[in-house]
Amino acid sequence: MKMAFTNARLMDPATGLDELGSLVIDGNIIEDAGASASTDGAAEVVDCGGRVLCPGFIDMRAHAVDSEAALAGGITTIILQPNQTSVIDNDAMVERIRHRSVDSQVVSVYPMGAATQGMNGEQIAEIGQMQQSGAVAFTDCTKAVSNAQVMRRLLEYAKHFDALVVQYAENPELADGAIAHEGEIATRLGLVGSPAAAEAMQIDQDVSLAKLTGARLHFALLSSKQGVEAIRRAKAAGVKVSCSTAPHYLHLNDNALEGYRTFAKVQPPLRSEEDRVALIEGLADGTIDTLVSDHMPKSADVKRLPFAQAAPGVVGFETMLALALAPVHRGQMELMTLLRALSTKPAELLGLTTGTLKAGSFADFAIFDPNKPWRIEAEKLLSDAKNTPFDTLPVQGQVWKTVADGMVVFERD
Amino acid sequence: MSTQKTDPASYPRAEVSPPSGHLFPHKHLLGIWNLDPTAIKHLLDVAEGYVDLNRQASKSTETCSGLTQINLFFENSTRTLMSFEIAGKRLGLDTISMSTGTSSIKKGETMLDTAATLNAMHPDVLVVRHGDSGAVKLLSEKMDCAVINAGDGRAEHPTQALLDALTIQRRKGSIHGQTIVISGDVAHSRVARSNIYLLNAMGARVRLVAPPTLLPADVDLLGVEVFHHMEQGLEGADVVMMLRLQNERMQGAFLPSLREYYQFWGLTREKLKAASDDVLVMHPGPMNRGVEIASDVADDLDRSAIEEQVEMGVAVRMACIDVLTRDLRKEAAQ
Repeated sequence: MKMAFTNARLMDPATGLDELGSLVIDGNIIEDAGASASTDGAAEVVDCGGRVLCPGFIDMRAHAVDSEAALAGGITTIILQPNQTSVIDNDAMVERIRHRSVDSQVVSVYPMGAATQGMNGEQIAEIGQMQQSGAVAFTDCTKAVSNAQVMRRLLEYAKHFDALVVQYAENPELADGAIAHEGEIATRLGLVGSPAAAEAMQIDQDVSLAKLTGARLHFALLSSKQGVEAIRRAKAAGVKVSCSTAPHYLHLNDNALEGYRTFAKVQPPLRSEEDRVALIEGLADGTIDTLVSDHMPKSADVKRLPFAQAAPGVVGFETMLALALAPVHRGQMELMTLLRALSTKPAELLGLTTGTLKAGSFADFAIFDPNKPWRIEAEKLLSDAKNTPFDTLPVQGQVWKTVADGMVVFERD
Repeated sequence: MSTQKTDPASYPRAEVSPPSGHLFPHKHLLGIWNLDPTAIKHLLDVAEGYVDLNRQASKSTETCSGLTQINLFFENSTRTLMSFEIAGKRLGLDTISMSTGTSSIKKGETMLDTAATLNAMHPDVLVVRHGDSGAVKLLSEKMDCAVINAGDGRAEHPTQALLDALTIQRRKGSIHGQTIVISGDVAHSRVARSNIYLLNAMGARVRLVAPPTLLPADVDLLGVEVFHHMEQGLEGADVVMMLRLQNERMQGAFLPSLREYYQFWGLTREKLKAASDDVLVMHPGPMNRGVEIASDVADDLDRSAIEEQVEMGVAVRMACIDVLTRDLRKEAAQ
């Protein structure tokens, strides 16, 4: 069945397409997209009212599937992290997740496998078998593989399979026991801090190893200016590295911890204002390749604890686009750059065929109004848990419809 | 660390007189950070009155009789717990103490469940010590009664700072303009933090003296001058407050050895020569003699105010309980 989405600002970072026109799908395949796309024979025509239509977002870092919330945020592909109840470190686990995903047929779920067995940082996991079963990258998630020898072998081994290794960049010795960014706020609140240098030195060490081995290496979640600078240096030197950050690092600094707000406890920690600004610049100039939600639902039970004991993490699916649009509205970043970081770039890194509106691609896309004002209300989120530090924040930009596999799977008025 | 130094004594200060109504407009005493100089001065004024009472033969009053005080200590303590118990009893409260050893904390109950349980027993004052920074504030959100922070993690120990202030005020006449050195393990110390806030608020010049490994990051931004050389830091000091070096910091990553620590940062008669002639030596206790302080300095009756600090502790805690229950007692009287 043919369906046409007319009067849309079509934006495809993969081709540079940015024009008012129509997108026509046949079943679950995009047939044509552009000003001249013919809507003849379409059984259903949806007038997008000039809203932006772009590839569905690919979230490279989610800790739970939470599909309803993902679709409400325009996310059509979730890359599930291996830190599940049982660690995803073998092919059987990968297959289970892939099958469950195919059965649900709504949001695509691809797991990242653990980089080391049980995420112990010591022994390489079965990367080849997990890759065959559908794992798209390999990471120890919230732990850095900090042993240089293990990392070197991991990269060499992964290179043989052309597998992407994703490193959590925070030196575990410098960050030992840390629950905040080392600085004035942590000092005053009496919280153990980790310095921004913990991120930069882990990146520097691994960049050297990426250079040594020639493997593809991605850094999971940048939080600091020093980290951005380390990546910028590595890229300038021609090393095959890439990196992500998440909207909360673009929006908040460590002042958010005031009053021991555990909803602002994340890992790595929110850092200084200087770091926040540098991350926006890094995303705008392409030093930071992808934007991820780091979606981590946590119940009030594990958040309503003394700061040191509370679980880190925020829910991010539904607020990712609106938060990330703020620098665009302020003129600090191009909209196309943001969309590339949310779709085309992660598809490229992970070898997925989505992340574009090209004819013949799978019909996974989002339609959103970049200017629509609304207020984030924790209680109204669809996520499993409501742990957002952005409750009551007024934002601009909201998803109108999400289409996955040729079906409208989310819509609002 | 930034090299820019500010003189806290030059900060503009609020008038030390009440704007209207309450002199202490807070339900709880969670820390010094959020108190203005008026509130601090009020607590010190009230405490001053209790010093005299505590020196009489008959020390008990009926001020707070009928009220219940619970001391909830998630972390072991002898001195502070006893001080709060005596303070409560002298004011006529029914005082009950509960330590981790005897409570259901060990049975896995969360802190907030414990709080809810205690709240249902309708105490009027809850005194809490906890090992995590911010824990007492979180607990206070679940309580209907006044909560007094008896030390939370590395964050605050407000009654210690108040008793130190009262000691200085009585010995030196005023806190304003004094040069006060805080020396030792600042990084892990809630006493240091509360003292920095209080002494700054009252217009003292605060200096920190410690090896770099025992100073937290960007501590100079809290309005203190930082010294690593003890003799330099002590130059012209009016008061020296030594901090206890916790046993677990003594070996390993923070310091090479006690011997070396004592040589460079232990307070000795020799080092104290750099300070002003009538320098006052203080220590929150318990002391490690021969580690952070030499015995002859600690026992020097002319300079050491260490025992006086303990005495002031009871008076200050009585003042805190008194002030925080005033509204309640007024309501009851009507």
